[in-house]
Amino acid sequence: MAHAHDSSSERPAILDRVRPAELPRSPLILNNRGFHWITDKVCTIVEEPTPLWWKVTFAVALFIASFTFVGLGYLVSTGTGAWGLRSPVGWGWAIVNFVFWVGIGHAGTLISAILCLLRQKWRTSINRAAEAMTIFAVCCAGLFPLFHVGRVWFAWWLFPIPNQNGIWPQFRSPLEWDVFAVSTYFTVSTLFWYMGMIPDLGAIRDRATTWWRKAFYSLLAMGWRGGNRQWSNFEMAYLLLAGLSTPLVLSVHTIVSFDFAVSNVPGWHTTIFPPYFVAGAIFSGFAMVLTLMLPLRAIYRLHDVINQYHIDNMCKIILATGTMVGYAYATEFFIAAYSGNSFEKFAFVNRAFGQYAWAYWIMVSCNVITPQLFWFKKVRENHSLVWIICLFVNVGMWFERFVITITSLANDYLPSSWGYYSPTIVDIFTFFGTFGFFSVLFLLFVRFLPMLPMAELKMVAPQADPHAH
Amino acid sequence: MNERNERIHGVACTFRQVSDVFHAAEQVRDAGWKNWDVHTPFPIHGMDQAMGLPRSPIPRLTLLGGITGFISGCLLTWYMNSYDYPLIVGGKPYWSVIFPFPVIYECTILFAAFGTFFGQFIFNRLPHHHHPLFDLPQFSRVSDDTFMIVLEARDPQFHLDESRNFLLSLGGQEITVIRD
Repeated sequence: MAHAHDSSSERPAILDRVRPAELPRSPLILNNRGFHWITDKVCTIVEEPTPLWWKVTFAVALFIASFTFVGLGYLVSTGTGAWGLRSPVGWGWAIVNFVFWVGIGHAGTLISAILCLLRQKWRTSINRAAEAMTIFAVCCAGLFPLFHVGRVWFAWWLFPIPNQNGIWPQFRSPLEWDVFAVSTYFTVSTLFWYMGMIPDLGAIRDRATTWWRKAFYSLLAMGWRGGNRQWSNFEMAYLLLAGLSTPLVLSVHTIVSFDFAVSNVPGWHTTIFPPYFVAGAIFSGFAMVLTLMLPLRAIYRLHDVINQYHIDNMCKIILATGTMVGYAYATEFFIAAYSGNSFEKFAFVNRAFGQYAWAYWIMVSCNVITPQLFWFKKVRENHSLVWIICLFVNVGMWFERFVITITSLANDYLPSSWGYYSPTIVDIFTFFGTFGFFSVLFLLFVRFLPMLPMAELKMVAPQADPHAH
Repeated sequence: MNERNERIHGVACTFRQVSDVFHAAEQVRDAGWKNWDVHTPFPIHGMDQAMGLPRSPIPRLTLLGGITGFISGCLLTWYMNSYDYPLIVGGKPYWSVIFPFPVIYECTILFAAFGTFFGQFIFNRLPHHHHPLFDLPQFSRVSDDTFMIVLEARDPQFHLDESRNFLLSLGGQEITVIRD
């Protein structure tokens, strides 16, 4: 460095004569919208009279959610046999659904934490809703292992609480690691979400006209005043929480994959599982973010703040992670062939050509082939098509977990114990209902909390630069 | 009016442009003020330097939380699986830092996050629902698109008329006296 500096002082540096090209940056907020427009746009969503579409969707979501509660009620009163679990498949849809929902949650933390550390400013338009999605997805995920324990009234034995038998949890079990990982993930995501929302809750409070609205949002805003001394601490805390959430989110799906990888079952016992699960989680999570945000963008006319640039970026992340997932599928096959282990080889040949081949090929076509359409700009600009592709990705990622869980268990070492697993109607009801449960929570969020982070959106607006004039 | 209503909290002054409030803040800093603040709808890049604020102390609580979490994770797993109810699993040692590492790792992150989250509340003195600023009609626009500099009466430099004139000279628009 010193040498370079010396030589540049003797001769005129070439950079003095070359004017670097101005790289056009895509604007994050279109049509030169001002601060007040942002406040108005976001607060109106909360302040306007409840729209009809919301009431109808909420009623439908509640109805669908009732399926979960009926399913779980039947399960608790009957026993986990009602779930179609029998030897050799002791882990059925419950674990599949658990991994599916936890995976969806990961995009929220990726957007709020990892993209924050990477200074990706486009995250601001979608991070609040994505974080909400994370929390609600983890709520849905948590239901399954909770009820899978069988006698759900003893589920607290999973936590390090003294019980009447004087026995403690066994910390060598990956399932116990999961308890810590998922509950920490839920807690930290909620804290991060809530803390980020405080300034925006303050903004709604300051606009409130009715006393109950004022009281509700005042309570939530904690008396935020937006002084720079507060912002200074707030930004530091936000950055630190982002820094803490990053290793957290990577650890959560790593530990979820340990549920499989630490066992000795062929097809599960692989070291590729942690990175492969994390890539898959981000893949499915981004698909869910787009599935939710595209309709909301259309309903609330958010085209200026969630513009083509944001959608392009999300599509590209789906493309990248989808390709990683496809690469992981190929690697699994290669390692199985290369390992010389006949059980491992069989497990993979059986996945692709065995009794669950239909599920395997649904998985491959949804996860590996459909996202490749995102290479084309025309596809990324056609939002109905983007939405449909994202639905395919969601379906594909559910099938990925189904393939991993079921094929390995149904056909393991001893052919005499092989079986074919099918879900029961109770399984189907319970899983179907979680979409309603998720939607109920998400609709409440959209209606009562600031869906877009106003302060962060204002921060990325061009007029927020103090040196602009 | 009783004496309590007459007590003055400070003087507030609004600005409409980010650059105006930024340069005004630099001048208040250079004038040597201690008890003052800039209220903005969003964090302005570089405002900490413009106000001459020190680095936020929150990382200390994060570190403290992280260390507490790591130690409690170790103690938790050691006490439960090795001391109170020793478990023999595969002839392995009763406790090592390796096997419960995921648990210790999560505890570290959890407690560090608690330190950060509650640190933000502690250092920002929140919740704080009654503040004289909330009585100002202009203050409700500070969370929208207005910027406000507040010079507090407890600062040794504070003098009602002089401070008011000082704020006027900075290019402020609306100047108000805040009463406690």
